[in-house]
Amino acid sequence: MAKSPKPHDTAGQAEGGNRRDFLYVATGTLGAVGVAAASWPFIHQMNPSAAVLALASTEVDLSAIEQGQAITVIWRGKPVFIRHRTAKEISQAQDTSLEALPDPQADSERVQKAEWLILVGVCTHLGCVPLSHTGEYEGWFCPCHGSHYDTSGRIRKGPAPANLAVPEYVFIDDLKVRIG
Amino acid sequence: MSNISAGKRALQWFDYRLPIFTFIHHSTVGYPTPKNLNYWWNFGSLAGIILVVQIVTGIVLAMHYTPHVDHAFDSVEAIMRDVNYGWLLRYIHANGASAFFAVVFIHIFRGLYFGSYKSPREVLWWLGLIILLIMMATAFMGYVLPWGQMSFWGATVITNLFSAIPLVGESITTWLWGGFAVGNATLNRFFSLHFLLPFVLVGVVFLHLWSLHKFGSNNPTGIDTRGPKDTVPFHPYYTIKDLFGVGVFLIIFSVFIFYAPNYLGHPDNYIKANPLVTPAHIVPEWYFLPFYAILRAVPDILFVDAKLAGVIAMFASILLLFALPWLDSSPVRSARFRPWYKQFFWLLVLDVVVLGVAGAKPPEGLWLVLGRLATAYYFIHFLILLPLLGRIEPTKPLPRSIGDPVLNSSPPRESETGS
Ligand code: HEM
Ligand code: FES
Repeated sequence: MAKSPKPHDTAGQAEGGNRRDFLYVATGTLGAVGVAAASWPFIHQMNPSAAVLALASTEVDLSAIEQGQAITVIWRGKPVFIRHRTAKEISQAQDTSLEALPDPQADSERVQKAEWLILVGVCTHLGCVPLSHTGEYEGWFCPCHGSHYDTSGRIRKGPAPANLAVPEYVFIDDLKVRIG
Repeated sequence: MSNISAGKRALQWFDYRLPIFTFIHHSTVGYPTPKNLNYWWNFGSLAGIILVVQIVTGIVLAMHYTPHVDHAFDSVEAIMRDVNYGWLLRYIHANGASAFFAVVFIHIFRGLYFGSYKSPREVLWWLGLIILLIMMATAFMGYVLPWGQMSFWGATVITNLFSAIPLVGESITTWLWGGFAVGNATLNRFFSLHFLLPFVLVGVVFLHLWSLHKFGSNNPTGIDTRGPKDTVPFHPYYTIKDLFGVGVFLIIFSVFIFYAPNYLGHPDNYIKANPLVTPAHIVPEWYFLPFYAILRAVPDILFVDAKLAGVIAMFASILLLFALPWLDSSPVRSARFRPWYKQFFWLLVLDVVVLGVAGAKPPEGLWLVLGRLATAYYFIHFLILLPLLGRIEPTKPLPRSIGDPVLNSSPPRESETGS
């Protein structure tokens, strides 16, 4: 560190620096830490508030969903797909070999009950909502940039890097589910 | 003593204490400007005028706009139907954004052609790029405000770009949204920032001009001005020329506002945002199309998946321009004296147009291939061709001064720059 001329204070001079240098560095460091700490409220205010986090679960009655049908409900402001799979769709999903998958995951790890497939309806590419019962694998097709998902919601083709996410959910009874 | 000289004395009294009139005089009226500027030099002042138009129309729109997911769309419809002249103000603002980009793109390509980014104007060039980035953020957030389908899904796709960042991507998108999807919190903060950023732009424009006036404008020959015989005072010569350009601009602008106000927009944005249904074909506003094409063009590269690679390429396409003054190693500024660079310049223009078209088409078949080629060429131009040209291109002899035609029998001088 450069030595500043200090005609009156030579007592503070020590090897490799002096008291004033130390004070500069200490004050500067403390100032930087203070500014970083003070800026946190300004950054954190943009995160979801406790009120938003509290709204984080949704209950759905499944009784009206016929086999072969899919509905979309809203959970945390996002679409969630609930699909009542047919036997054919289930076996298609189960019989796919894991080697054919860009993001390998067995169907059994993605469902609690084989006929009910519950997924976050947000394309893992850039967040569009895929269309159900379309695409080359008869699961979903995302029109935005052309991602194809299968009947287990796994990515098969297109720019999306990952399978459609499975939200946390519990079956309250046979035909009622709580998401979140 | 007459009133006039009393007024003058009052001005002098004030200027002595705060020399703002001297400052304005130096930076406009007295500013010595190269005498050979052509019409490509009109676009800077034009951009400044459009910025003022956007701020004025924006402030009055904000008097009627409601930044809430339940009311935003209706408040914009009310501006269109009920507010006195609301339709005019909104059409000026919406088309003003397009005009701003058109003018700034021309302004940037002018800089590329005449080598205006070269020493000693590198900082001036950087400030221009910062202006471009802030403009893009502003326009993106403004487009979300009417809360139509394109607003919502454009916001969703663009904010999701950040989820490509490894590890922290998800936290960043949640932080940007203030929730788990684009929603009311997002709309509110976008309104706040959309209001703020244009004023930040004013500040950066001020720095841009400050740095311009340090060395003065470049000119079509790219050689330095040598004293008063090469320059004319900005006023009245260029105030008049700029004003003429403003007239031509206003005619074209009015054609859009009054006869084709939605020509550059998307019909889907007159449908209220629906978080459950994505429109079949989402495309950004025209001024983002080349960048959008780059985003979608990149395939998986080694262990980087296509999503992340696309995002990196898109940001790199602009960030790379910050290094341009060093990538282009040729000591000659103007393409007039660079026969090879001139050809590659026009190829680059064509390349960006192809990128724009590719960005508007669904990414499949021929357009996907063209988009990829054009993306590759964009990077090749800046990273390979420019450094190479600087080394091997035979440049034409430079004139002695702006006043001297090249064909004067005087022996060619060595290049001007590189000092
Ligand atoms: C750099 C300057 C600016 C640009 C490029 C810009 C761009 C935009 C764009 C593209 C829109 C969407 C237009 C539409 O389709 O409806 C918009 C809307 C809006 N802007 Fe700006 N803007 C700028 C400055 C401002 C300023 C300074 C304010 C306020 C102080 C403002 C307030 C608004 C409001 C209230 C809306 C919503 C109403 C509407 O959609 O027409 N803007 N802006
Ligand atoms: S958002 Fe679904 S493919 Fe891009």
